[in-house]
Amino acid sequence: MAGKVNHDYHILPPDIWPVTGAFSALMFTSGMVLFMHDLSGWPIVMGLGIAGLIATFFSWFSNIVKEAHAGHHTPIVQLHLRYGMILFIASEVMFFVGWFWSFFDFALFPDTISEVVGGQFPPKAIEAVMNPFDLPLLNTLILLCSGTTVTWAHHCLIHGDRDGLKKGLWLTILLGLLFTSIQAYEYAHAPFNFGENTYGSAFYMATGFHGFHVIVGTIMLIVCLVRAYKGHFTPRQHFGFEAAAWYWHFVDVVWLFLFVAVYVWGGWGAPIH
Amino acid sequence: MATTAPPEGFQGHAEDHAHHDHDHDHKPAFFARWFMSTNHKDIGTLYLIFAIFAGLIGGAFSGMMRLELAEPGIQYLDTFTRLFGATNPDFNATLNTWNVLITAHGLIMVFFMVMPAIIGGFGNWFVPLMIGAPDMAFPRMNNISFWLTVAGFCSLMTSAFVPGGYGLGSGVGWTVYAPLSTYGSAGPSTDFAIFSLHLAGAGSIMGAINFITTIFNMRAPGMTMHKMPLFVWSVLVTAFLLLLALPVLAAAITMLITDRNFGTTFFDPSGGGDPVLYQHLFWFFGHPEVYIMILPGFGIISQIISTFSKKPVFGYLGMAYAMVAIGVVGFIVWAHHMYTTGMSVDTKMYFTAATMVIAVPTGIKIFSWIATMWGGSIEFKSPMVWAIGFIFLFTVGGVTGVYLASGGIDDVVHDTYFVVAHFHYVLSMGAVTALFAGFYYWFPKMSGRMHSEFLAHVHFWIFFIGVNTIFFPQHFLGLQGMPRRYPDYAEAYAYWNEISSIGYAIMAVSIGVWFINIIYAYTMGKKAEGNYWGEGATTLEWTLSSPPPFHQYETLPVIDDKAHAH
Repeated sequence: MAGKVNHDYHILPPDIWPVTGAFSALMFTSGMVLFMHDLSGWPIVMGLGIAGLIATFFSWFSNIVKEAHAGHHTPIVQLHLRYGMILFIASEVMFFVGWFWSFFDFALFPDTISEVVGGQFPPKAIEAVMNPFDLPLLNTLILLCSGTTVTWAHHCLIHGDRDGLKKGLWLTILLGLLFTSIQAYEYAHAPFNFGENTYGSAFYMATGFHGFHVIVGTIMLIVCLVRAYKGHFTPRQHFGFEAAAWYWHFVDVVWLFLFVAVYVWGGWGAPIH
Repeated sequence: MATTAPPEGFQGHAEDHAHHDHDHDHKPAFFARWFMSTNHKDIGTLYLIFAIFAGLIGGAFSGMMRLELAEPGIQYLDTFTRLFGATNPDFNATLNTWNVLITAHGLIMVFFMVMPAIIGGFGNWFVPLMIGAPDMAFPRMNNISFWLTVAGFCSLMTSAFVPGGYGLGSGVGWTVYAPLSTYGSAGPSTDFAIFSLHLAGAGSIMGAINFITTIFNMRAPGMTMHKMPLFVWSVLVTAFLLLLALPVLAAAITMLITDRNFGTTFFDPSGGGDPVLYQHLFWFFGHPEVYIMILPGFGIISQIISTFSKKPVFGYLGMAYAMVAIGVVGFIVWAHHMYTTGMSVDTKMYFTAATMVIAVPTGIKIFSWIATMWGGSIEFKSPMVWAIGFIFLFTVGGVTGVYLASGGIDDVVHDTYFVVAHFHYVLSMGAVTALFAGFYYWFPKMSGRMHSEFLAHVHFWIFFIGVNTIFFPQHFLGLQGMPRRYPDYAEAYAYWNEISSIGYAIMAVSIGVWFINIIYAYTMGKKAEGNYWGEGATTLEWTLSSPPPFHQYETLPVIDDKAHAH
């Protein structure tokens, strides 16, 4: 019928947050430039940018949750969200490809001219590396374990066991926080510095971006936990939870590659701290 | 077949909507409509207006360069440097301005003109219309994609007015090669430029997610993948290239940021890093990027050639999968931009062979367009003239591309004007000609007003003569050995440089004709009918009014399988 909406797609009203978010991002990057060049005013500019970004994320996702509860997330719209999340994770994978590319370039073709590297990897300047079978192995087990707890939570959710959902999420979040804390401890006690040579650059930037993604994933799971307490999610419709779980598995897999390539293989033969 | 989807297969009554007073046709007030938009057509319009604005700035920069290059010696750079706000610039600052012009021209034209216009503008407008969808899959994310592009542009503009390496502005080239972009330009300017790519890139990734989801999930009932119009196919392939290539650029330029400011040594040999690594990472993005710019143009040309030959596209499936092949192979040819970095002969041989493979699907496209016209009832309306111009110009650029694919030849002409001529034939004449073709094809659909066919033809011929006059002589200059990226040159190159600069003036006149045509359309142009191109225009957007209702397809069109026998 003319003039009557006859489809299941979600047509949205105008919204102020996209433009707010974009210019908050601009404020944030501009604040970063001021900070990196020690120019005055950076805390204000960067602070406003971060505040704007937080407000944008909060309002945007609150709106999505409200729209889901209002029944706008028809099966086809849920399918959109699934595609969107998978594609977002695909782009994240390619982001890590860039960091792994650098790492393998340095590890497979170590520079022979500069004295700090001296044709070997880890470079000559690296006196010792972390023992991969110490805290990194523990962290691997923590993340793998958190992968099972989040799956436990998911199964509880599907079977209508709200209590189990909360327990599973609590455990996953605690394991995530534990991982992050151990990473922070490791960084603080690492036998080599940030930057200075190819090892210090590739190691810290690759594991650092992974750590940042773990924090983001933890925030997603915390949001899910809050929503679980508020009584959100049904056994049939809980894509917010699934997206967070997918993301969590993604950071898990990235870590496995980091552990095998950077920690175990990349430090092979070097003195262990 | 997609391009033949007949109007009788469309069972909605969208044409009625324009006259129907209903909640969903109430346009929001000005601010809400243009600053808070969640409407794919309005966001498309915003992208197009932004691209025109950015294109004028990028075009002005190229005009400044052609002015300086019109004769040997350095005449205007000092004036330009003062224009950017420098007082009493020294000679280094003056030369820095040249690099800033080159950088800004390249970045603006790539990220803020061609991409916003062809993907953000036409993609947003016509992908939902052509597949029978009421809007994009993620209308809000669509809007932040646009505003992030604007934010990126603001950051890039800021970079022109703050200290870079030897003066104001970031003179690092659109490729932002280290070490020029690391310890070669210490000031904050280059950081602003790099962050502008982060911002625009984030917007493009979100746009890519949106297009892929929309095309996979929102096709009207009966429109299978193999019935989609070729423009939709082209945007789909482009979106995948964006999704997979841009994050690698994001990683590479993040490494630049940390090398510049936080003491990492990714590209710094003193810490074992490697500037060539940056080139690999950049061109792993950069080569798909050039297909990102041209593939939607291929799609537009396919629609137009079919419409004005009144025939379905020749070899529809071959055309669709040729684009897929170009997209896939486009990811494994990147180092042909780096033949002179000292790579081994074996590596050069691989990249030469792989690059030449791309000529095969590209040839499929060129010949299928010609075969579409063959035996067709051709009407030389303005979009068709632009499209045929595209085939000619793109073929010239494609042929020099086959030369340059060869590592041996590239060793000789690398970083000369031959390369400049090549990529301007495929971009400023390929992609931009496709943009103008698409503009004249769809402008009445978007605005509801007919442009002047006469002025559109005048625009075409002046533009065609102008751009060929600019860039054809640059082949000669390159073969004679004139290097890129210098504001001055030997006397021997004076003749063709002068011709080239005259060509710029001719081209600039054509842009004036274009604006006159737009003004004509809005003041004196006839109202456009729903399908103003007639029987050849068979895709779904022609079943709607011009302009289409604010929300189209509130009852989804159904593509009837039996209605189009081949």
